[in-house]
Amino acid sequence: MVKAVDHVSFSLGEGETLGLVGESGSGKTTTCLSIVGLLPRGARIVGGRVTFEGEDLTRKSQRELRRIRGRRIAVILQDPMASLNPLFTIFRQVAEPAFFHQQLRGRTLRARVQHLLRAVRIPSPEWRMRDYPHQMSGGMRQRIVGAIALAGGPRLVIADEPTTNLDVTIQAQYLDLLKDIQRDTGVALIFVTHNLGIVAKMCDRVAVMYAGAIVEQAPVRELFNTPRHPYTRALLGAVPKLGSKEPLYAIAGQPPNLASLPAGCSFHPRCPEALPRCATEAPDEVHAGPGSAARCWLVSNGVARS
Amino acid sequence: MASPVLEVRGLTKHFVVGSRLLGAGGALVKAVDGVDFAINQGETLGLIGESGCGKTTTSKLILLQETPTAGTIAFDGRDIATLAGGELMTYRRAVQVVFQDPFSSLSPRMRVRDIIAEPLEIHTRLRPAAVRERVDAVLQLVGLAPDVASLFPHEFSGGQRQRIAIARALVTETRLIVLDEPVSALDVSVRAQIINQLEHLQRTLGVSYLFIGHDLATVAHISHRIAVMYLGKIVETAESDALCARPMHPYTRALFAAALPSHPDDPPAERAIAGEVPSALSLPSGCRFHPRCPLAMPVCSEVAPPLRLRDGGGEVACHLY
Amino acid sequence: MATIAGDRPRAHGAAQRRARRGQAAPLVPAILLGGLAFVALFADLIAPHDPTLPVQGATMFAPPFWMEGGSTLAPLGTDFQGRDILSRLIHGARVSLIVGLMGTLVAGAIGTAMGIVSGYVGGWVDQIIMRVTDAWLALPALVFAIFLAAMVGPSMWNIIVILGAVYWTRYARVIRGEVLTLREREFVKLAEIAGASKLRVIKKHILPNVMNTATVLASLTVGVVIIAEASLSFLGVGVPPPQPAWGLMLSEARPTLMAGQWWLTVFPGACILLIVLATQLFGDWLRVRLDPQTRNL
Repeated sequence: MVKAVDHVSFSLGEGETLGLVGESGSGKTTTCLSIVGLLPRGARIVGGRVTFEGEDLTRKSQRELRRIRGRRIAVILQDPMASLNPLFTIFRQVAEPAFFHQQLRGRTLRARVQHLLRAVRIPSPEWRMRDYPHQMSGGMRQRIVGAIALAGGPRLVIADEPTTNLDVTIQAQYLDLLKDIQRDTGVALIFVTHNLGIVAKMCDRVAVMYAGAIVEQAPVRELFNTPRHPYTRALLGAVPKLGSKEPLYAIAGQPPNLASLPAGCSFHPRCPEALPRCATEAPDEVHAGPGSAARCWLVSNGVARS
Repeated sequence: MASPVLEVRGLTKHFVVGSRLLGAGGALVKAVDGVDFAINQGETLGLIGESGCGKTTTSKLILLQETPTAGTIAFDGRDIATLAGGELMTYRRAVQVVFQDPFSSLSPRMRVRDIIAEPLEIHTRLRPAAVRERVDAVLQLVGLAPDVASLFPHEFSGGQRQRIAIARALVTETRLIVLDEPVSALDVSVRAQIINQLEHLQRTLGVSYLFIGHDLATVAHISHRIAVMYLGKIVETAESDALCARPMHPYTRALFAAALPSHPDDPPAERAIAGEVPSALSLPSGCRFHPRCPLAMPVCSEVAPPLRLRDGGGEVACHLY
Repeated sequence: MATIAGDRPRAHGAAQRRARRGQAAPLVPAILLGGLAFVALFADLIAPHDPTLPVQGATMFAPPFWMEGGSTLAPLGTDFQGRDILSRLIHGARVSLIVGLMGTLVAGAIGTAMGIVSGYVGGWVDQIIMRVTDAWLALPALVFAIFLAAMVGPSMWNIIVILGAVYWTRYARVIRGEVLTLREREFVKLAEIAGASKLRVIKKHILPNVMNTATVLASLTVGVVIIAEASLSFLGVGVPPPQPAWGLMLSEARPTLMAGQWWLTVFPGACILLIVLATQLFGDWLRVRLDPQTRNL
């Protein structure tokens, strides 16, 4: 029995962007999949609830979830080639959510598809919608995945590392695009990433995950200015800053195996500021400022430094 | 000033793709088209560019996995294309590589000790005891305990595997290591460990690096000098600090603009440039960047700009200067 | 708040189950194979009677001892010449085991070598080997074996080499495919860049990594080879008399199949079944055991 996600709590308002930051094995992807009920076989939600627009998603049947997925909540995954079906045209794939959820047909459907493709800045959509995924570049495919995500008119989009495989300039275009779409449609965005730079650029709020638990959450500026959890501080110190040759802060060790977590605080073996208490008791989440919370004895004791 | 360890002049590699029926037909991909750079002892040259820029092909040419269509690669002044026999082995001994994927660069059925010892077995006639000593020494150099030598690769994490790969690259008296995106596949916290380790090794051993990467911040951090590649050509080189202070080529500026901020309050970057890297099969005329360049002038589509000197001991190829 | 529980992530569920099954399994096939090997080795000492001579004091077509008309003198009955079935089974094990295992080894050695050379060296060498393989595969294996056996004359070693020569192609194909993939793996490229000779790369990097596939193939082929040997014996071109072989026993018993003397066919048939089953299970265990990755799960 592995606890992939451990008492994770966060909330997101309309039009807000939440950054879910963590390394491999932190539980960020599992958290997102559980929101939409797409957990792999063998994984179950054993506690808590997911409240979306006032309804608890954990109480819904798969049938009801299917109506929500794609229509009110959309997911964008990392590998566009895996998200797109190589056998169907772009048109068919972008049209699918509108076809099923909004019952659009014929000319209206075609118009909607073109509108969506234009929204994600695909040039000459009338022609390109007859193409197949393999005829497009990586950046374009990821934008098409975005178009499919938006086709149902969702209120929430979960993007799981959508730019990891893209070139740097393409990534920049894509992120600008996401920001523009968010501004135009007011959709809320959960952005899962291990890249703090993306967080700095895109997010309003940030939740940092480690070994399945949220160790710190705060509004983005506060997280960067006064990180409270040692892991957050370590992450911020580990990233090279353009133009600076300051030595990087390297945390010792590697991310833990979820099947055999350390006792007490999961981070304590690697923590440069660990207290004796950290090895035996897992800290609770405590309020650390307006809209901020942290799971650390240092914060609970009030000895947190900036 | 000692002569550079590696000097590349006019390096060109063209590939023929498509039908090769009877030698006719087939399009030409100019993967690397007239590239010059030099790496001195104990320094790191960063090679940065996006897909299709030719950095992978360049590394293959240096590692003798491909033969150049034109141009020379000189090691300690000698053209490597002319090396044979013992001299070739000397080159192979002195120039090693670390690849991006830690999970496929170590032979799964060999123990770590044997993996690291392999270059020694190929190039030297050391007795087994001496080999073991050297393996232990180099394991410690990369921050691993010598008793892990009897384990198999799958028992290590990604970061540890990269350390093993680095150890293997150092075990003969290596002068230059080609690092092909060595940290891109690693977690953030582990990346910092490896980068620090690499810098430490360079300071201690005086080994040179050719650091190929796509993340500007990482490349700028570890490199002394940076070369920016686009569609097979180097568009700008400069010392790392000078380049970061004043990127001159519009493509370099685009890379900087696309680089992610390190703080939410950082001034917003210029809008990302439009378009994508064109196919290498249909190269734009004149300056290869002109279709996407926000500052393009009429001359840019006609004449390819030559490299001109810039501050920070570098060069830039752009009609603006 | 949400908590999610999941399966042990250390290995994919299915691979883990396979591994656990593989680790418990060797007991049964090991005992079986060990028993058969023991029997084959000490056949002369174990067998109650001479397998080639009629048993003194027993009739022809005597049934097994628990049936009417049978006696413990010939516990599993006698055949049309009055020879003891049990003794013949015991001596027959020798043939099946030796020919089966050795034949597979010969086939494996030839096939793996061809596959590696073909896959790694490539070029026209590859083309030639592949065309030869194609031609070989086009021939029906058993017919080809019979033809060869008729040509060179029957003897245990001839049969082994023949079976090896007939069945190597399945190895070559598969191993070549594996080598083609391996050739592109980074650790192979690293060895080449470090200056390793082709021979060294094959020996240290390619060969160890195809052994797994080769072993799995071997475990699948052993059964086929044993049955092929039995077929050859059945058709009378296998190991020559007086050496008893299970396939030969089946052949001799064919006329009696409908006459009710079931012990003449069931026992040899059961033996063939058991040995093939045992080798398959053992091969499966061996494959898991040999792979350092699944071994320590």
